[in-house]
Amino acid sequence: MIGPTAPCDLTASELGTKLRAGEISAVEILDSCRSRIDAVDERVHAFLARTDDLAREQAKAADARIAAGDAPGVAGIPLALKDVLSTAGVTTTCGSKILETYVPPYDCTPWERLRADGGVLLGKTNCDEFAMGSSNENSAFGPVHNPWGLDLVPGGSSGGSAAAVAAGEAVWALGTDTGGSVRQPASLSGVVGLKPTYGLISRYGLIAFASSLDTVGTLTRSVRDAALLLSAIGGKDPMDATSLDEPRRDYTEGLESEISGLRVGVVREAFGEGVEPGVRNSVRHAVDELANLGAQVGEASLPHADYALSAYYLIAPSEASSNLARYDGVRYGLRVDGADSVEMMTRTRGAGFGGEVKRRIMLGTYALSAGYYEAYYGQAQKVRTLIIRDYEAAFEAFDVLVSPTSPTTAFPIGAKIDDPLAMYLNDVFTIPANLSGVPAISIPSGVDAGGLPVGLQLTAPVLAEPTLLRVANALEAALGFDARPELIAA
Amino acid sequence: MPLQIDIEHVARLARLALTDHEKERLREQLGVILENAAKVSEVATDDVPPTAYAIPRSNVLRADEITPSLTSEQVLANAPEVESDRFKVPRVVEVE
Repeated sequence: MIGPTAPCDLTASELGTKLRAGEISAVEILDSCRSRIDAVDERVHAFLARTDDLAREQAKAADARIAAGDAPGVAGIPLALKDVLSTAGVTTTCGSKILETYVPPYDCTPWERLRADGGVLLGKTNCDEFAMGSSNENSAFGPVHNPWGLDLVPGGSSGGSAAAVAAGEAVWALGTDTGGSVRQPASLSGVVGLKPTYGLISRYGLIAFASSLDTVGTLTRSVRDAALLLSAIGGKDPMDATSLDEPRRDYTEGLESEISGLRVGVVREAFGEGVEPGVRNSVRHAVDELANLGAQVGEASLPHADYALSAYYLIAPSEASSNLARYDGVRYGLRVDGADSVEMMTRTRGAGFGGEVKRRIMLGTYALSAGYYEAYYGQAQKVRTLIIRDYEAAFEAFDVLVSPTSPTTAFPIGAKIDDPLAMYLNDVFTIPANLSGVPAISIPSGVDAGGLPVGLQLTAPVLAEPTLLRVANALEAALGFDARPELIAA
Repeated sequence: MPLQIDIEHVARLARLALTDHEKERLREQLGVILENAAKVSEVATDDVPPTAYAIPRSNVLRADEITPSLTSEQVLANAPEVESDRFKVPRVVEVE
C-alpha cells in the first residue's frame, strides 16, 4: 500500500499508541512494511536480506504480549538493522564480499535487547563496506538509491537504514556512526539520526571499524522515536568493556519540557565556504525558531574543527587497518587459495575487499608503520585533545551547539566517487563529535530549492542526551517538517 | 614535491594483493590524502597530550565466573576449511 495513511508511514510512538488501544496489530504493521518493501525496494535497494518468516513469528509474539498487557514500548514495531550488526543465524555481510556468507553465532546486544522487548526484525540493510563511506556507493552489493530522488545517494555509511526509514520500508532502524555515518545519511534522506555519547550503547556484536570512534545510533521518523529506541538499547553491557556505567533509563521522560532560557551556540566555523546556500538558509531559519522558543542564541566557536577531518583520516584508517587484520581467510569469510598461509591471506584480502576499504587499510598501515607513527597517528591524537578542549570551552557558555549536519544535500550517484577528498568533506561537521565522544543528533530542518531535505545538527556535552533530545524535540515541533519523498508521496 | 610512498612495502605489511592499476591509483591518492592529513602538525605542538579514547576507561574487570560461551562447533561453522575440529590453513613453515 502506498499512500500517506499507510501504517508503515507512522512513527513508532504513534503505532505504539494504536497497538495498545487495539486499533492495529503488530502483524498488520509488519504487513504494511512488507508491502512497502515489495513496492519500492527494487528501486531503493535498502535491504541486503529480509527476514520475513522470523518477522512474522516475532510480530505474532508481540501481539500476544500486547494483548496480555505486558508489552514494552518497542514491541511490535518493525525494525531494520545495518548489516554490520551481528544477528544470530542471519547472514551479516558488512556490505563486503569478504563476509558474503558469514552467519554470526550470536546477536549484537542492541538487537538482543530489542528482541527481548518484542521487536520485529524486517531484515539487514545495505551500507558502505565495513561502514567506510559517505554515499553508500562502497557497498559490494550495489548502491542504495535515495527515496527523495532515485539518482541521488542517500548518504552513508548507514544509507540503507536511512533510506528504509525515509521510504516507509521500516518504521525505524539502527545504524552506526564512526565519523557521521548515522547523522549524514539521516540529513540527506530527511530522517532523524541520533549518535549518542560514545559508550552509551553497547557495541557487543558490532563488527568493528575504528574502535575509539564507533558508536551505534538510531534512524527514526521523530525525535521521540529516537528517545524511545535509545531507552530500549542504551546502558551498561558487561559484554562490552567500553560501555559506560550508565543505567538503562527512559529518555522520553522530560522530552516535552520547555527550552526557554537554554543557551544555544551557533557554530561559527560551520557556515563558511563549501556550505550550500540552501543548507545555510534552512539552518539559519531553524536557529530563528529556537530563538522564538525562548532559547538564548549566541555564536560559538570550535577553533580546531578545521583540523578534525585531517585527524580523523589518520585515526580511523589506522584503527581500521588493525581491526580488519582479522579477515585472514582462516576463521570466517572468503578464502582464496595460495601456496602458503601468507599467500592465501594476501590473495583473500585482495579479492575480498573493495576499493575504499583497501585505500583505508593502506592509509592506516602506512600511518602506523615504523618511522611514521609519531608524525601521523601521534599528531592526530593530539588534535583530538584540542577538539575535546574546544567542546569543553564551548559547553561552558552553551547547553547545545547547532550547525548544519552536512555541507550539502543529497548529490548524484557517481558525482564524488573518484575524488576521495571531496567525498570525505561530507563529514566535516559530524566528525568532531566522534573525536570527542559527545552526543549529536541530525533532524530535518527543511528543504532546499530543489526540494531535497536539509539536516540540522545539535550537539551536547557527554551524557547530556536528555537536553539534546529535548531541544531537538522542541525544534522539530516548531519546524513542522512534513515533506515526503517523491517516491511515496504519489 | 608530492609525498613518495613505497606502495609495495605497505601492501606487504597489510597482506593485501593489489593489481598494478590499484597500486598506481593508491600511490597518487594516498599522497594527496596524507599531504592533507599532515595539516595536523600545524597545531599538534609538543605541549598537547595525545588522546586515545575520548571517554577513558581503565581496568574494566568482572567477577571471575564461568559463563556460557560458544561451542567449538559454532566457532568452526563459518570456517572456510576445517579438519578434526580445528581450523585448517595452508602450510605455514617450510618442510625441510
